[in-house]
Amino acid sequence: MRKPSPTKTHAISLEVPARSAGGKSVIENPKLSINQLNFYYGRFQALRDINMDIAERQVTAFIGPSGCGKSTLLRTLNRIYGLYPDQRATGAIMLDGRNILDRDQDLNYLRAKIGMVFQKPTPFPMSVFENIAFGVRLYERLSRMKMQERVEWALRKAALWEEVNDKLHQGGTRLSGGQQQRLCIARAIAVKPEILLLDEPASALDPLSTLKIEELIAELKTDYTIVIVTHNMQQAARVSDYTAFMYLGSLVEYADTSTLFTNPARKQTEDYITGRYG
Amino acid sequence: MAFSARYLRRRLLNGFNLGVSVLATLFGLFWLGWLMWTLVSRGLQWIGPSLFTQSTPPPAAAGGGIANAIVGSLLITLVGVVVGTPIGILAATWLAEFGRHSRIAAVIRFVNDILLSAPSIVIGVFVYAVVVARFGHFSGWSGGLALSIIMLPVVLRTTEDMLILVPDQLREAAAALGAPQWRVVVTVVYRASLGGILTGVMLGIARISGETAPLLFTALNNQFWSSDMNRPMANLPVMIFQFAMSPYDNWQHLAWAAALLITLAILALSLIARILIRANAFVK
Repeated sequence: MRKPSPTKTHAISLEVPARSAGGKSVIENPKLSINQLNFYYGRFQALRDINMDIAERQVTAFIGPSGCGKSTLLRTLNRIYGLYPDQRATGAIMLDGRNILDRDQDLNYLRAKIGMVFQKPTPFPMSVFENIAFGVRLYERLSRMKMQERVEWALRKAALWEEVNDKLHQGGTRLSGGQQQRLCIARAIAVKPEILLLDEPASALDPLSTLKIEELIAELKTDYTIVIVTHNMQQAARVSDYTAFMYLGSLVEYADTSTLFTNPARKQTEDYITGRYG
Repeated sequence: MAFSARYLRRRLLNGFNLGVSVLATLFGLFWLGWLMWTLVSRGLQWIGPSLFTQSTPPPAAAGGGIANAIVGSLLITLVGVVVGTPIGILAATWLAEFGRHSRIAAVIRFVNDILLSAPSIVIGVFVYAVVVARFGHFSGWSGGLALSIIMLPVVLRTTEDMLILVPDQLREAAAALGAPQWRVVVTVVYRASLGGILTGVMLGIARISGETAPLLFTALNNQFWSSDMNRPMANLPVMIFQFAMSPYDNWQHLAWAAALLITLAILALSLIARILIRANAFVK
């Protein structure tokens, strides 16, 4: 099934070329394709003419200073912003040949397909087991055995099984912060999404938990398309294949990670990644 | 090391405020203690098996109990809770989860606040006019209805407050798994605020179980045993009101015993609610 290839303009405006010259910035068969995306919080425009492709089964990182719109961009990809009536997006985000911004897009189905993990761990007020079974039950009817297998599978995948296999029926909120975050990742994986959105998943965690999450991302990449927002440039450099630098709601530069960090095409990017920002 | 004048001033102020707070607490506890002491010292001696097995005696007669009033109170309160709680929780759910910022929600909140502070006697007269006068007789049902109208705004307000306290991140996390909104509310938001909602219901029950004025106009009273909700029904508050004002010693004693009983019942209810909430391990 080929998607009806929306026109790809690689340089959108003359002032802000969206892609750097060098590197493998042209992505073959992208999983997601963002076109002319604008986003508004009420009257405030938070994203301006974003154009980018997200590569399948790769890790794409969004970096940039606070308030640059990187989290907002992530939140458009599963339309979670739709929970708030004053937030809206225009443009197109193509997934499997469909514009997910279309009014008739089934949001629950979309979100089942695109998992998300938030900055602060958000375990539900139920047991570890139920936390993971919650999402699975929404779309699948599994026998007791199969559900147990699924929960174990997800917990193993999230590198949490060893730590919680004797606490499956304790409250999810009683785990440590790092464990809670991995529980949230396990919960997202358990519904078998195609894409995983991570919104600063390690920013509230200690270095050891951060390391575990980063290792996890590298491992999950073989099965999932991952998009991660991070404040931490070293983290972006460590875990991602592609990096997008955003500033004031615009995509300043987007390239494969090594190019962006070693040979940025734009001065703004260079200033930011070398810490000479502002 | 010498303390700076500024630091000393701060310490002094801290001590002063702490002292005032303790005094205020003691002031409140003093009246509560006095009230409890009076109730126990005057009421406890009249509590015995016959209190729970016999109906209210005729004037100037000896003995008797308040079994009919206890059962009547339970039935009328039950009707009030069964009607008031679901409406209150559902309305609060709509206000907090679905129409939070809409104009009609603001109107509903305003009206609810008015209802919350409406004198209970007004509600009694209202139900009298609408139900009792129309059907031509006092009844247990109308008493339950009046109590449910009093309970509704209490449950609505506390439930909405508790639902709003649930962080949006939790709703987002559930929605991000592909859960439809009703499912997010029922399985995640309710569970996260269960303790608060239960507290609201308990507060509502505590509030209505002592109401007298609305019952005076609706359930009235009944000297005899009756579990027929279509007829006037005995209940503790009106019975206390009537017996305490009477010149008969025996009636006054029964009123004291009933007052103690109703207070202990509400106390027990609060304690049970607290234990239940604490036992719910998943609620932080």
